[in-house]
Amino acid sequence: MTHETTVGVLCFPGSNCEHDVVAALEGLGAPARIVWHSDSDLSGFGGLVVPGGFAHGDYLRPGAIARFSPAMDALRDFAERGGPVLGICNGFQVLTEAGLLPGALMRNAGMRFICTTVECEVASSSSVLTAAVPAGTVLRLPVNHYEGNYTCSAGDLAELEQNGQVVLRYRDNPNGSTGDIAGIANRTGNVVGLMPHPERASSALLGSADGLPLLQSFVDAIARGGGASQASRVAS
Amino acid sequence: MIFSVAVEIRPLEGIANPEGLTIERALPALGFSGVREVRVGKLLRFELEAADEHHARHEVEQMCEHLLANPVIERADIRLEAIGATK
Repeated sequence: MTHETTVGVLCFPGSNCEHDVVAALEGLGAPARIVWHSDSDLSGFGGLVVPGGFAHGDYLRPGAIARFSPAMDALRDFAERGGPVLGICNGFQVLTEAGLLPGALMRNAGMRFICTTVECEVASSSSVLTAAVPAGTVLRLPVNHYEGNYTCSAGDLAELEQNGQVVLRYRDNPNGSTGDIAGIANRTGNVVGLMPHPERASSALLGSADGLPLLQSFVDAIARGGGASQASRVAS
Repeated sequence: MIFSVAVEIRPLEGIANPEGLTIERALPALGFSGVREVRVGKLLRFELEAADEHHARHEVEQMCEHLLANPVIERADIRLEAIGATK
């Protein structure tokens, strides 16, 4: 595993949260740099973030086009080697379309674009995003999406629950997500996707600093030189 | 051969369809009271040049698998019609 500590933040045409993610990570002392989606070399990074926005205009389906970008091939290799990968909002949609996380994100139940702050409960510490946050911790995090209604097959859901891969749940489900799921991890815990925006909850001045412990976990995983083997695998 | 292709992307059976539900709830307000099971999908139309219908269908199936539909939540129904010879 690489010992690079810089975080690469992927930027597609239509991404719009990349600067927020860089600012939040730098606030934690973690160097971060924006990478254009056509870059197929991500070798200088110790962690990767797919930020929020509307990659490729969300045409066809959110994430459907973005997953074919050269940077996504490199991201897949990185993830398969155990590298820490985080997909936020549109980034979560991209990771499900790419098959790096199970399931899909549909239109919100109620057909409303939701832009508000919700309470989420950490459901598992078995991921690079939640390793440092005890299960049961309630966090106030902004959500900002039209397609955040998580769904997956009954088999996938049983597997997610059984393996402690559901890392974050809504306390008051805003979008109809199966199992109140706000965020999930892959089997090895090094790839995480979530609809809420931890980077927008990075200062009390912005209404909440509750995203910082999540991003700190991610930064810690990178400092350890990876995510999969080091993240606590104790399901809670 | 040139084919006219229509790909209908439909939500899988058993998958919630918020668009359809919203329309289903709106119609009675306009006096259309007998509507049930509204499902909203997508229809893609394009022309495709291929050796024959077998090859054309196979190619469209590959397109659906790799890009046009998300098999987790959608299925694709393909309709093909020969509309002319390749020039």
